[in-house]
Amino acid sequence: MEILIPIVITLVGAATPILLAALGELVVEKAGVLNLGVEGMMLVGAIAGFAAQFYTGNPYFALLIGACAGAATSLIFGFLTLSLSANQTATGLALTIFGTGFSALAGAPFSARPIELMRPLFPAELATHPVWRVVFGYSAPVYFSFFMVFAIWYFLKKTRGGLILRAVGENDLSAHSIGYSVKGVRYAAVVFGGAMAGIAGACFPLLLTPQWAERMTAGRGWIAVALVVFASWKPFRLLAGAYLFGLVMTMELYAKAGGGPLSVIPSELWAALPYLATIIVLVLISIRRDASTNAPACLGKPFLPSN
Amino acid sequence: MTLSRRTILKTGAAAAALPLLGSKAFAQAEPLKIGFIYVGSINDNGYNYAHNQGRIYVEEQLGDAVETTYVENVPEGPDCERVLRELAQQGNKLIFATSFGFGDSVIKVAQQFPDVKFEHATGYQKAPNVGLYNARFYEGRAVCGVVAGHLSKTGKAGYIGSFPIPEVVMGINAFVLAARQVNPEFTIKPVYISTWNDPAKEADAARAMIDQGLDVIAQHTDGPAALQVAQERGIVGGFGQGADMSAFAPETQLTSIIDNWGPHYLASAKAVIDGTWTPGDTWEGLKEDVVQIGPYGPKVTEEVKAAAEAMRTGQIDGSVHIFTGPIKDNTGTERVAAGVTMTDAELLSMDWYVEGVEQPA
Repeated sequence: MEILIPIVITLVGAATPILLAALGELVVEKAGVLNLGVEGMMLVGAIAGFAAQFYTGNPYFALLIGACAGAATSLIFGFLTLSLSANQTATGLALTIFGTGFSALAGAPFSARPIELMRPLFPAELATHPVWRVVFGYSAPVYFSFFMVFAIWYFLKKTRGGLILRAVGENDLSAHSIGYSVKGVRYAAVVFGGAMAGIAGACFPLLLTPQWAERMTAGRGWIAVALVVFASWKPFRLLAGAYLFGLVMTMELYAKAGGGPLSVIPSELWAALPYLATIIVLVLISIRRDASTNAPACLGKPFLPSN
Repeated sequence: MTLSRRTILKTGAAAAALPLLGSKAFAQAEPLKIGFIYVGSINDNGYNYAHNQGRIYVEEQLGDAVETTYVENVPEGPDCERVLRELAQQGNKLIFATSFGFGDSVIKVAQQFPDVKFEHATGYQKAPNVGLYNARFYEGRAVCGVVAGHLSKTGKAGYIGSFPIPEVVMGINAFVLAARQVNPEFTIKPVYISTWNDPAKEADAARAMIDQGLDVIAQHTDGPAALQVAQERGIVGGFGQGADMSAFAPETQLTSIIDNWGPHYLASAKAVIDGTWTPGDTWEGLKEDVVQIGPYGPKVTEEVKAAAEAMRTGQIDGSVHIFTGPIKDNTGTERVAAGVTMTDAELLSMDWYVEGVEQPA
């Protein structure tokens, strides 16, 4: 049972970037915009965060720079889809390709350069006992991701701003006709989503593997996009979903490396579980009608008030 | 030949390279165009980096007589076929496909371009214009195995692999055979992660191993992520793969296997220029300097270093072949009789693990 504690710690590391990126995408989609460029924004955030950490050694500054870089990348998407009404799906895919290429170009001088990992937020004395290590042993982005789950839930459910954002996502013409700036709200959401993706990307070099490697997010941006649907646009379900995916990804490796009780379930099954889980959840969603209607009604549609 | 200014310039350039090339090159007006495709990034500090260093070496040695192009991050699959075709259409007369999974695509495209010479690394399918080249990485793995056998305190190592292909299986087996010569109780746990390049997953695999008592980690993926975790957790050590990775783990990298493809690429390029190229099937190792052992880390004592060097020089002078029987597989069945050395063909289709390898889950 001692092995459970390191498993949890590894699992939290695997789940945090996915959760952060998915939370950002959730807000974007709630405003009616589908941004498939999460993977690209994460990569730009990763190289920006890496470079900031490399030059300053201040991981908080690096996270900030990662957020800014992600937000700046998302503005490209915002300008094309919101100001020019370009197709959101195609633009999002293009953004991922752009982010992959741009980060590779910007990162070329940084290969073979290790950086310092971000330290845990709390003093080491709090985390000496293994059980307390599970609670206090992480660095700031982990606690930030939990805080953001709550904050986004509160914002969307309980505040006026959240109501406006949801209105824009559900019925943009109505929101427009009663005087809300659909474009303004959507721009804000897109930039927020970009910043969250940027932080998620910066977590890779700062928390997981202190180096720059091309495509180091390795498809986790796509998992984040899928998780939003998986969680039927609900922040707490998103939290559960991200940790389920993190658990499965981690357990696959621990089962393969460990043998003994952990390998009772074959690692192939662990590897297949995320996909099985996605199918099961999609089936459940379609059985429970109320959940399927949770998709924002204007998701992915360009806003063209003059038509 | 009409003499334009450009031709004169080019001939002049070829003449400048004359001492390196021999007389035939003098007639060569056009530089030989050579294409390379890599499965990952040239900045991975490992496998693909090493291939690209080989390309740069050819350019340095042959100068204006060659013109090289490379395409990185080429996925193993249909996309690879497209890239190969493009390179052939662009006039590359010699194309190196540097990853195992490119094999089928190389054979297909080679049929469409019979006048283009292809060379496929670590593969097994030949054709009249497709040669094979490979490196005996397992010789380097054996040297690493000696170091691991001496230094591991738990006697258990982890081995992060990409896919269970003969290339990887052979490396694991060589590592264990060498380690068990030192410590007969030594065991290894292979973990396959189904990718060549996913640093976060490599790092998590290393964490999973260290958390479960493995204190030496070797990897056969393309980057240094696992080594960094080894350094961070302060375990006994790990090994650089493809290139010296000591920048990422100065205390923890015990040694590294360095791929040195340059001499092979140079020989092939010269053969094409001279018109003597034939589809080869080379498999070179420590002796030919295609596989090198990097500097030993600070934890490697003089005694261990001497043992590792003995393994290295033994393989160079031919007195040691790590796949010499008796070898049992991991179910206890004897696969290679005492005194018999496995043939290259047997090695290249190796799909079983030697004693000491825990069957991968």
